[in-house]
Amino acid sequence: MNLSPDNIIFWQAGIFKLNATIVYTWGLMLVLVLGSKLITRKLSTDLERSRWQNLLEIIVTGINQQIEEVGLKNPRKYLGFLGTLFLFVAMASLFTIVPGYEPPTGSLSTTAALAICVLVAVPMFGIEEAGFGRYLRAYTQPTIIMLPFNIISEISRTLALAVRLFGNMMSGTLIIAILLTITPFIFPIIMSVLGLLTGMVQAYIFSILATVYIAAATRARKPEPEPKLEEKTTPDNNKRINHG
Amino acid sequence: MLIDWFTVIAQVINFLILVWLLKRFLYGPILNAIDAREKRIADKIADAEAKKSEAQKERDEYQQKNKVFDQQRKEHMNQVMETAKTEHAQLLDTARQETENLRTSLQLSLRNEMLDLNEELSRRAREEVFSIARKTLSDLAGASLEERMTDIFLERLRELNDVQMTEMKSALITSPDPLLVRTAFKLPTAQYSAIETTIKEILGQDKQVEFNIVPDLVSGIEISSNGQKIAWSIAEYLDSMAMSVNSMLKKSTLIQNENEALDHPKTEQGSSKNGA
Repeated sequence: MNLSPDNIIFWQAGIFKLNATIVYTWGLMLVLVLGSKLITRKLSTDLERSRWQNLLEIIVTGINQQIEEVGLKNPRKYLGFLGTLFLFVAMASLFTIVPGYEPPTGSLSTTAALAICVLVAVPMFGIEEAGFGRYLRAYTQPTIIMLPFNIISEISRTLALAVRLFGNMMSGTLIIAILLTITPFIFPIIMSVLGLLTGMVQAYIFSILATVYIAAATRARKPEPEPKLEEKTTPDNNKRINHG
Repeated sequence: MLIDWFTVIAQVINFLILVWLLKRFLYGPILNAIDAREKRIADKIADAEAKKSEAQKERDEYQQKNKVFDQQRKEHMNQVMETAKTEHAQLLDTARQETENLRTSLQLSLRNEMLDLNEELSRRAREEVFSIARKTLSDLAGASLEERMTDIFLERLRELNDVQMTEMKSALITSPDPLLVRTAFKLPTAQYSAIETTIKEILGQDKQVEFNIVPDLVSGIEISSNGQKIAWSIAEYLDSMAMSVNSMLKKSTLIQNENEALDHPKTEQGSSKNGA
């Protein structure tokens, strides 16, 4: 019994190997990109639009709104990264309904990779927004004594991010696998449904936590929020909410 | 070991590629579509707002125009009404005045007609009365009447006062022509001689006397010489009586006119009341 899809290796040459994690990730990527491409091929800018376009618009505007609600002023800038995080994790758990599929997020390698991405993205966005010096200085706030704790906090929360997602996804598949050996009917289906729910919740948690970290990095270290920007974005947001 | 570092790196790369791909194929187009739609909606709303405000403006303008028009119409109406009222009053006044004038002239002509008729009547009556009197007296006149007349005439001659007498005497004496005595009827011879005698007595000398018969003298006798005339006839009485009747008639007409002039304002007032 495999704890991780990493262990299912299809092909290997030296350190290069093609395990289930990578293959399923590619599969998800293909589905996501092809689906997007197919739907966005004939987008309507009119009031009348296809249900698929509506679905995508709901998803995109929903993510956008979530990012904004967390407190990021310019959500579109972060939409690519955070939205993809959510969609990837969500799709990974959604596809568990396909028999024989192993969610790539059930591998600690994948969740670690995502966490590393968050770990890198947070200071990147922070520095971009606040400037290099001011971003680094924030680690010494409120006093220099806090510097090691801040660094530890940064690393530990990334680790927690990775392990939390891994644990949840892995446990989900593991429970279903165990239950399949004990009670092959009905009960695994219920657990699968529960696993779907857990997966969605995890996707939400993962992306929202990443958003919060980025928001903390960009906003909290700013000396003053810019009121003009807020005024400018607020009516736009309201419009979008109403529209959505 | 749960973490396979090759897989981690591969997944990082995969994830970054996915981010790029989704940005390219999902977020970009979807957000652009949403923006385009929102822009269209905003444009439509702005257009509608502009139209609405324009319509509002036009409505206000028309309302203003309507108000002004109503006011002008009202003013014109009032003016017309006022003019009509004035005209009406004027026309009424004119009509009343004309009626009054007509009435007055009618009354006047009626009164004149009446007066004329009265006058004509009185004149006719007078003439009739006098003609009757004249005719009666002419018919009645006879020898005895002439006799009596002659007596009265002679008596009158004798009773002349001194001045008259002197004037007459001088006139009769100085005249070379004979004395002319005119009568309406042929007198009896005794009468003629009595007249001759009396004249002689008065004058104190002989004077030729010539007798003429003039029927116009209604029962009268007349002596004339050298512009002097002594006469007595009923015609004189009749003339004086006619004169007094005429003066009386004139007087009564004047009084009647004055009375009517006094009555006139009252009737005018009454008629104006009826007219109003």
